[in-house]
Order: sequence, then C-alpha cells, then structure tokens
Amino acid sequence: MASDHIVGIDLGTTNSLVAYMQGETPGIIPGEDGLNLVPSVVALANANPGGNNSAGPNHAGPNRDGGNQVIVGNAARNYLIETPDRAVYSVKRLMGRGVEDIQDELKLFPFRVADDLQPGEVLRIKIGERTYTPPEISALVLRQLKRNAERFFGGPVSKAVITVPAYFNDAQRQATKDAGRIAGLDVLRLVNEPTAASLAYGLEKRQNGIVAVYDFGGGTFDISILKLHDGIFEVIATNGDTHLGGDDIDNLLIAIALDDIQGDLKLDLRRNGEAVQRIRKAMIEAKIALSSQPSTKLDVELPGGKRYQREITREMFEPLIQPVIERTIGPTRQALKDAKLKPSEIDEVVLVGGSTRIPKVRQLVQDLFGRTPHTDLNPDEVVALGAAVQANILGGGSAVTKEMLLLDVTPLSLGIEVAGGVTDKIILRNSTIPASATQYYTTQIDGQTNVAIHVLQGERELARDCRSLARFDLKGVPPMVAGMPRIEVKFLIDANGILHVSAREQRSGKEAEIEVQPSYGLTDEQVENMLLESFDYAEEDFRQRQVIEARREAETILAALAKGKKSPAWQELTAVERTNAESLERALISAKDGDDYSAIRQAIGALNQGTMRLAELMMDTAVSAALKGKAMDDADADLPEGETSQAGHPVAKAEFK
Amino acid sequence: MTQTESKSSLIVPGEASTSCWSCGTMRATHFCSACGKVQPAVPVDYFTFFGFPRKLELDTTALEKEFYALSRRLHPDVFAQSAKQERAWSLEQSSMLNDAYRTLKDPIKRTEYLLRLEGVALEEQSKQATETARATGELKKQVVPADLLEEVFELNLHLEELRIQKKAGEDDPALLEEIGKAKLSLEEKYDALFEELRGEWKKWDAAVDKGTEEDRRKILARMLDVLNRRNYIRNLVRDVNEAMEN
Repeated sequence: MASDHIVGIDLGTTNSLVAYMQGETPGIIPGEDGLNLVPSVVALANANPGGNNSAGPNHAGPNRDGGNQVIVGNAARNYLIETPDRAVYSVKRLMGRGVEDIQDELKLFPFRVADDLQPGEVLRIKIGERTYTPPEISALVLRQLKRNAERFFGGPVSKAVITVPAYFNDAQRQATKDAGRIAGLDVLRLVNEPTAASLAYGLEKRQNGIVAVYDFGGGTFDISILKLHDGIFEVIATNGDTHLGGDDIDNLLIAIALDDIQGDLKLDLRRNGEAVQRIRKAMIEAKIALSSQPSTKLDVELPGGKRYQREITREMFEPLIQPVIERTIGPTRQALKDAKLKPSEIDEVVLVGGSTRIPKVRQLVQDLFGRTPHTDLNPDEVVALGAAVQANILGGGSAVTKEMLLLDVTPLSLGIEVAGGVTDKIILRNSTIPASATQYYTTQIDGQTNVAIHVLQGERELARDCRSLARFDLKGVPPMVAGMPRIEVKFLIDANGILHVSAREQRSGKEAEIEVQPSYGLTDEQVENMLLESFDYAEEDFRQRQVIEARREAETILAALAKGKKSPAWQELTAVERTNAESLERALISAKDGDDYSAIRQAIGALNQGTMRLAELMMDTAVSAALKGKAMDDADADLPEGETSQAGHPVAKAEFK
Repeated sequence: MTQTESKSSLIVPGEASTSCWSCGTMRATHFCSACGKVQPAVPVDYFTFFGFPRKLELDTTALEKEFYALSRRLHPDVFAQSAKQERAWSLEQSSMLNDAYRTLKDPIKRTEYLLRLEGVALEEQSKQATETARATGELKKQVVPADLLEEVFELNLHLEELRIQKKAGEDDPALLEEIGKAKLSLEEKYDALFEELRGEWKKWDAAVDKGTEEDRRKILARMLDVLNRRNYIRNLVRDVNEAMEN
C-alpha cells in the first residue's frame, strides 16, 4: 500500500516539516541530514562543477532547474550569506499577493522582483538569473519534503494535507494549493495551522472544553478558538494577521543594528546584501538566545574587517519588540468577541509557533487570558503533527482518529459589490465551512447577455477597502427584456476555504457560463505548464539522484577494496583471483566517472561478486586474530571501514532501505 | 446589474426520493441508514433539513447534538476517498447543513428566516442599506417607531451638539452624561424587545398546531414589527457609539 501514504505538511514561513501518523501517534519525517525542520530557503547553485557547491555530499540530491542546481533547506542557508542574490527565504509572505501589495515587504526583505513584470501578471521573483512565481518557489520546498517522505517510505508519495495560516484569504489558499500541484502533490485538504495544532493537542489530551490556540510563527499570526466535544473540533472564531511574525522582530533588530553600525562605525551597509544577511543571522541567534538566558553577545564580522560587537540583555530586548508583539492583542480580542466568550471562559490556551518561545510573548498571552498557557507541545512541530492526524482522518481514519472530525470556519466575510461601490456580505466570517449563499441577478438592458459580478473578501463596508477576489462574467444569458432573466448564482466555500461559483438562468434553465478572472493568482493553464515542467525536471532529478547514489556506493566499495589489498588476506588469494579483482576494480572506476546509472550498478555488482572470497578470508583473519587473543580493537582495524564483524563484506549497505 | 433579491434562497419542501442510489434500501433524508452512503441533496427548508417542525422555540442543545451527528455523516472529510459524485454530494449536503445550523441556532436569524419562508418581506435597516441609500441618493425607508419619536428627536439634537463640540475641541461632561443615559435607556428597550419577540414565538408555535391562517399572518406581522423596532434601536445605539468615539 506504499502508494497510499498521505502525509501532513506544514509549509512554514521559516521552516517546513512533513509528518506521518504511524500507528497511534503522529511523527515527523526527518530529512537526509537527520533534522526535522527543513528551512524554507531555496537557493540556486552554479551549475559548473567545483563552483559554489559548498553543500557537500550530505545535502539532498541535486535538483536541476534550467542548468542550475536547486538547493533547499539547511544546505541552502549558506547561500543566503555567500550569494544572497541566488537564495530566497520567507517567500510565504508573497503567496497570493500582487506586486502593489508587497511594497512594504520589499523594503524589509531582499526579494528581487522580476524587471519584466507586466501589469496584472502574477508576481515573479529573481533567484540568480531565473525568475519564479511564489507558488513555484514553495513547490521547490514541497518537493524536498515529498522527497524526504519518499525516502522514508521507500516509495512514491503523491497525496498530502498542507497547512495554511487560518487568516489566509482565498488567493493565498489557492496559491498554496497551486504550489502543491506544481510539486506533484494531490492536495487533499488545506488545514488551518491553529486548527491542525488543536488536533495534535486534542489527540493527546482527549478532553472536552474550550481551547484557544495562539499561533505566532515566523511570518504569520493566528488566533483560533475551538470547542472540543467528543472528538469534534469545532472552530468558533478565528482571527489573525498574515504579515506578523518573528520576521518582523528580526527586521526591527536588523534596522536597529544597521543604524547602530552607521552611527558607531560610520558604515552604511544597507545595500550590502551579504553584510545584511550576516547581521540577520546574528540577530536571529541573539533573539533565540534571549529566550533562555538573560543576556547575549553579538559579534558580527563586517566587510573591511571591522566587527560589530554588542551585549544585549533581555531588559533591552523586551521593550524593543513590545510594539510588534502587541499587534497580536487586537486580533485575539476580536476572536474572543466573535466567539462571545470572556477570557475566563477559555479552558486552555495552547501556544504554537517559534515566536511563542519568547518569554515576553508568553507573558502577554498570560495577561490576555489570565491563565498560564499550555507549553508542553513543541511549538515548531505541533502543526505538522496535526496535519498528519488530519491526513490520517482523510485516509479513512484509524482506531484513535475515527471519532475525530474537524469543523473549521472561513476567516473572512465573502461579499459582492453592489450599487455605489458597497460590499454586500453574503457569507459572514466565522461561518462553518463548507458554506454557501445564493444570489439572484437580472439584466438592465433589453437583450443583455452578459452580467458582471465582482467578488470580494473582507470586513470593510466599501468594496474598494476589501480584497478583490475575482471578477466573474456570466455569459450566455438568453436575450430577454430587461429585468426578465433570473440568474441564480451560487457561491460555495469548500472545506479548504476556497470559493467556487456556479450560475443558472432560471427561466430558461440554462447553465450560464462563468469566466473566472482571479484578481491574484495563476490560471489553471499556467499551473498545468509549471506542473509539466517540473515533471520533466523530476525525471531528470531522479536520474541524477540515482547516479549520485550509485557513485557514492562505488566509492565505498573501492575504498574497502583498497584497504583489503593491504591486508594479509589479499596475499592468500590466487594470482588469477587478484588479477580478476583488479580488472573489476578498474572497470568500476571507469564506470563511476560516467553518467550511466546501470553501468555503475553492474560494475558494483561484479566487483562485489569478484571479492567475495577476499571478504571471507578477511573475516577469518579477524576471527583468528581474536582467537589468538589479539585485542578486538586491532582486529577491527583489519576490517574494511564501516563494517561490523558480522557483515564481513567490503560493501556498504545501500543507503536506501 | 441589479439584484432582485438578497440573502439565501428560499427553498420549498420538495419530494424526496425514497431509496438509496447505492443499495436501494429505504433511506434517511441525507444519508442511507443501511449503507451510510451520502445521498443527493433534496431541496428542503432548514427546519425540514433537521427534521424539525416550523416552530421558533427551539432546543438549541438538541440542535447542536443533531448538527454534530449529521456532520459526522456528511462532512467532506468522511468522503475524501470516495468517488467524485459522492464527494460533490457531500459538499452540497454539508454546506446546506452548516447554512441551516448557522441560521437556526441564532434566535434572530431563525425568526427572520421563518418570516421569509412565510413570504414576509423584511425591512432593510442595515448599515449597508443606509450606505446604498446615501450613494444612490434615494431616501431610505426609515420609520421611527411611534413610542420612540420624542426620545429619538432629543437624542439626535444631543448628538448634533456633541459633533459640533468635538469639532471645536470642547468637552461637556453634562452632555455626555445625558447621551449616556439615553443610550442606556435604548439598550434596555432593545433587550425588552427580545423578550417581546419570544412571547410571539410561543404564540406562533401554538398557532402552527391549531390556529387559522389569519392568526398566523397576524403573528408574523407582529414579529416583523418587533424586529424592525429592534433594528432601529440597534442602529441608533451604533450611531451614538460612533459619535462618542469620533
């Protein structure tokens, strides 16, 4: 059933994770480097070998894209400092947004917008000499997670549940779903991050009551209030800010440091990408250190050999970040108000997201709710674990999840523009999804066959203050006298929080054709093209990965043989055996330098066979050495590297199990 | 583009097919009691959807229990691995379930829904109607309830005075106290109107069981009147809050 694994993915601003439910508990699937967190950083290495390939043999397999090697995760972080124009981070902030929306972000983040961007086109970001849309960059992160899961299962993974901030709007959700598709994943469900966290929490606690999830992550803030009742997780209210997180604290600290450096050392480093990234790294480390200790030292090497050195105490840090963390108060109070609950009526407050490690944030939550928040869960992992629980539920459930059901809400009101540029709200925020509304339209001119509808999302009264979701054109309305047609338009928000629209002219019973013009986002066709491209690359990637792995294996066996040739066992072989082994060795060396995967494999197999007796003899030598009372340590030294005595064969086990 | 109607559609009780599309046995309304498969949605009103009579005194605990039970049967999560058609039915059924629950659990929305179901047109007293009227230059229908005439007249004078003072940067505690008192009185009336509405519910529910069409029409008209007066006061309180905040 290997093809049926549904994984849960937390596609975070700072870090991403993939998780799976094994038996009764969800667990994180680590990357090849053994770490659970995959930093959401994407870099392009130069294609020329021996170039900027500092990732070393342990980074995840290469991933070629237009002659460039794509690096994702921890290995990509080095590129942020070494070649800042070839790496990108926090791209989640750009998902589902237009170029006019992100002007503020551009001041704070080193995003480089494509120069040839046409009005109305989906945003593209430069990495090196190529440009990518935000969903494509997210897809590269997703593809890495997919690969980690495939390595874990030893088989393909094609279905996933992906989490999104609860306060994400339709365009941001659609962009996330597109990213999944581009990465070759069938996204079975988008789950809101705080809700996913509540699933992981609820699975452990199994208690009824009202829970507030305060999710303060790298780039987004969400507050959700849920009612847990016999396995039903009913969201009562949600609120948040999709551009508020640890990133904002970092940017504030960077700005202060840059001012400080200019004042103190007379250096203006604002335009020096490398220096800014060095400062950023140091500031993040300092921020993290201050969560567990009262003070920390900054020491950053600057261009020209100068150093920026400072001691920061928690007393200095806390007032600085106060304005940022206070921005979580408004949404929290609004969510409580919408839920018609007083803070004292909340039974438990659960903290999620890396920024909740900051003691001052915990204090703020405690003051808001008048109770000590629940901090037992790992705030970095709980969302992914919850996504794995939801994946398990969607897969048909297991003994522990079969009673569990998530009832989520839409975070923003859905409206349509009516006369005078006013928003008429047709589905209110905090409505349980799926939710629907039906509207009726008619024509104003005799014979009119088109009716235009403008769909909005947001809480403001005027259409221009709300987010434009899409403009629909109802086409093919049968020509009639003005006011005669009665067009029924059904708006439906599905369980992912994504809008669907259908229309029918009631008098003729004719389905009206709808042309959806998303205000921000990729068309199906664009996604399809990106998907095909990535499929092409995926095949290429796979081939490349196989070759690299085979080479690694060849090197291991060759090293073992070299060692074997120095051992007394080598002399015990017949001359023919030795000649044969050496010719097989040469064959493998030459195959290893080529790109033919099966040739390398074959040569490995042949050498393996040809040195079987050598391996046995070496084994005997080791054993007899041990019998002679030689220390096992010395005996081990005779064995090929990395082998234990019971393996007794100079071939390392395949990395893939 | 003109909207001929707003808000949710009114669906008349329809004829339900009586056997499951999948196993052929007799079925419950929304899913098959024999094989559990979701059924195509049948256009019914929200009361019928939950199997309730068209009455307004509603046991919300029972409603919630039924909502949870139906959610477990109809939610798209349950059909994630099913065929496309079943997933579409589940989406339709569960959106209807959620729409129905949202409408029925709230006493005011429930009353308004019943009025529309019974063919009574609601007055638009919303802020949005005010904005629309302002934008189009049309006069908004705004009937001041007779018992409030004097109070509203005085309050509007006070509010006008407050706006002038605020512009001039002056502060008159006596005026603020006067407005505060008026607001408190309005809020008390607002709460009393809800009790009045509940009284009408009881009459309606009784008339559903044994009453003439004429009795029911009279009750509906009275409920509409209570709702209109209530909306009027709500808007007034909002105006007061805005004037005091700005």
